[in-house]
Amino acid sequence: MIMQEVVVTLSQSNTEHAILASGSERERGGKKRSRLERMKVIIAREKYLYVLALPGLLFFLIFKYFPIWGLALAFQNYSPYLGFWGSEWVGLKYFYDFFTNPDFLLLFRNTMAISLLNIMFFFPVPIVLSLLINEVRSLKFKKTIQTIIYLPHFLSWVIIAGICFIILGQSDGIINKIIVELGGQPIGFLTEPNYFWGLLTAQSIWKEAGWGTIIFLAALAGINQDLYEAAQIDGANRWKQMLNVTLPGIKSTIIVLLILRLGQVMEVGFEQVYLMMSSPVSHVADVFDTYVYRTGIQNGRFSYATVVGIFKSVVGLLLVVMANRLAKKFGEEGLY
Amino acid sequence: MKHSFGYKFTNGMIYAVLSLIGLVTLLPFLYVIIISFTDPSEYLSKSLILIPEKWSFSSYRYILSTEMFIRSLGVSAFLAIVGSIISIMITSALSYSLSRRQFFGKKFFLLAILMTMLFNPGMIPNFLLVESMGLMDTIWSLILPAVTSAWYVFLMRNFYQELPEELEEAAKIDGSNDIGVFFKIMLPISLPAIAAFGLFFAVGFWNTYFNGVLYINSEELRPMQVVLQMMLIQASTNVADPSVAAMLQSEQMLPPETIKMAAVVVASLPIILVYPFLQKYFVKGMLVGSIKG
Repeated sequence: MIMQEVVVTLSQSNTEHAILASGSERERGGKKRSRLERMKVIIAREKYLYVLALPGLLFFLIFKYFPIWGLALAFQNYSPYLGFWGSEWVGLKYFYDFFTNPDFLLLFRNTMAISLLNIMFFFPVPIVLSLLINEVRSLKFKKTIQTIIYLPHFLSWVIIAGICFIILGQSDGIINKIIVELGGQPIGFLTEPNYFWGLLTAQSIWKEAGWGTIIFLAALAGINQDLYEAAQIDGANRWKQMLNVTLPGIKSTIIVLLILRLGQVMEVGFEQVYLMMSSPVSHVADVFDTYVYRTGIQNGRFSYATVVGIFKSVVGLLLVVMANRLAKKFGEEGLY
Repeated sequence: MKHSFGYKFTNGMIYAVLSLIGLVTLLPFLYVIIISFTDPSEYLSKSLILIPEKWSFSSYRYILSTEMFIRSLGVSAFLAIVGSIISIMITSALSYSLSRRQFFGKKFFLLAILMTMLFNPGMIPNFLLVESMGLMDTIWSLILPAVTSAWYVFLMRNFYQELPEELEEAAKIDGSNDIGVFFKIMLPISLPAIAAFGLFFAVGFWNTYFNGVLYINSEELRPMQVVLQMMLIQASTNVADPSVAAMLQSEQMLPPETIKMAAVVVASLPIILVYPFLQKYFVKGMLVGSIKG
């Protein structure tokens, strides 16, 4: 999801600037009235547009901006009984508690490990898949494969987890049943801590890699077909064409998506981890979001959990901003 | 054009690898479907079943007769229908107005919406907001916070930008205001796109899971994904909710596995049914404006 999200917004800024520029020029070209008056006139004239926009803008204000105020909780000893105004202010106490807690390093390690494994093993899969699909000449086959590999994306993580249990479970999983039938010992795919990160990566690949091809297939479709003809005339075979025409053609897409993915390194699929987590693997599975849920919602330590949330959000924001700068350095458009 | 042996060989390899990938994607589903239709007594008597000798609907009959599962399906269906309608109305109205040139302050609002993609205050502030609004344990706690997102607004706005402005001007000459233009002209002509977005919202609402865990306490309001998760995961450990554990204990002594898999199939069915329609639009929808020359 993230990938598509990013690229869609990426490309908008261009047209955006053009339109905004033309709009503001028009306004500037108006009569010499005071700014405020002019604003009033424009707003009055377009009042119905504002009426249309109002519910949506209210949504963003209430559900996306208003909660930011709740971050003040981090500096309080918040108690639901005393409420926000009645709770005691404690300054940076919970920040100190969190950063000196051994849990902090554990969460950080797990988040990084899951994320980096994902970047190393998940990220290349949609690229390779789309290169393969791009080589298929039969339209029918192409459509069929695409239909199949996009499907898991639409199923919830609950369903994916359920399927995972019936396939990989220790006693009722089909794989272990086959292993036992062949005289082997059942393997704890879901309960062995050493397998857990790999399990998450494999699950992500199975669910999302097909969907991830969309953006690369679109980039591939944008490559100038004349380049292939020219390469053929020069005697390039299929492999050479791929190396010298196809890959350079999607290079910038790959770089931007990789950089932006690195900016999302703090984001680990929360529902996925939460659903696959069990006590034998909890020490390798606990990530920031699961920790926030457990300490905050389940144990009621709201202020402490808010600190954890702030840490994650702030580091996440910094990384996205850095990634965006970096993408621009490569001569590409960033997220904003 | 004749192709060399090498070319044909590579082709064969590509088709083989892709077919294998397709198979790996499909096999788990296939196995789930097979288990769900396996005759319960056969499932219990054999240790390993690849293709059952006897097929049976009894797991489906059972799961569709439990009040809890049926009610949760109702909750999820309500979310998918009502939620999507609200989402579509709010998102398209906002995106439409933000796509109009004359919307003063557009730049500010777009930036404000974009910012929400970069910074998320996190679970606790969101939780406390829902609580302080008095939405806890109501169906609205599952709809309102999920009404739209910056991503959908940008995607839809892109779409409205491409509609010709003349349409709007013609309607305005006929005396319509912006609201009239939006409802009488823009919505009807963008119906196919609206339908596609509606399906996306519907899939999202149907898949509502964690908000259900966070905000819902009463049994009657649990969305289907929450009940499914309780059946699938908790039931195999000892922390199961008593009502869910009871649900897996049928009078006919059906094996929990076949019941669970029947539930998985029922839960996926609506998605698999709308999928062909979704697919028609989503690639286009995803790519609206996303590819630069």
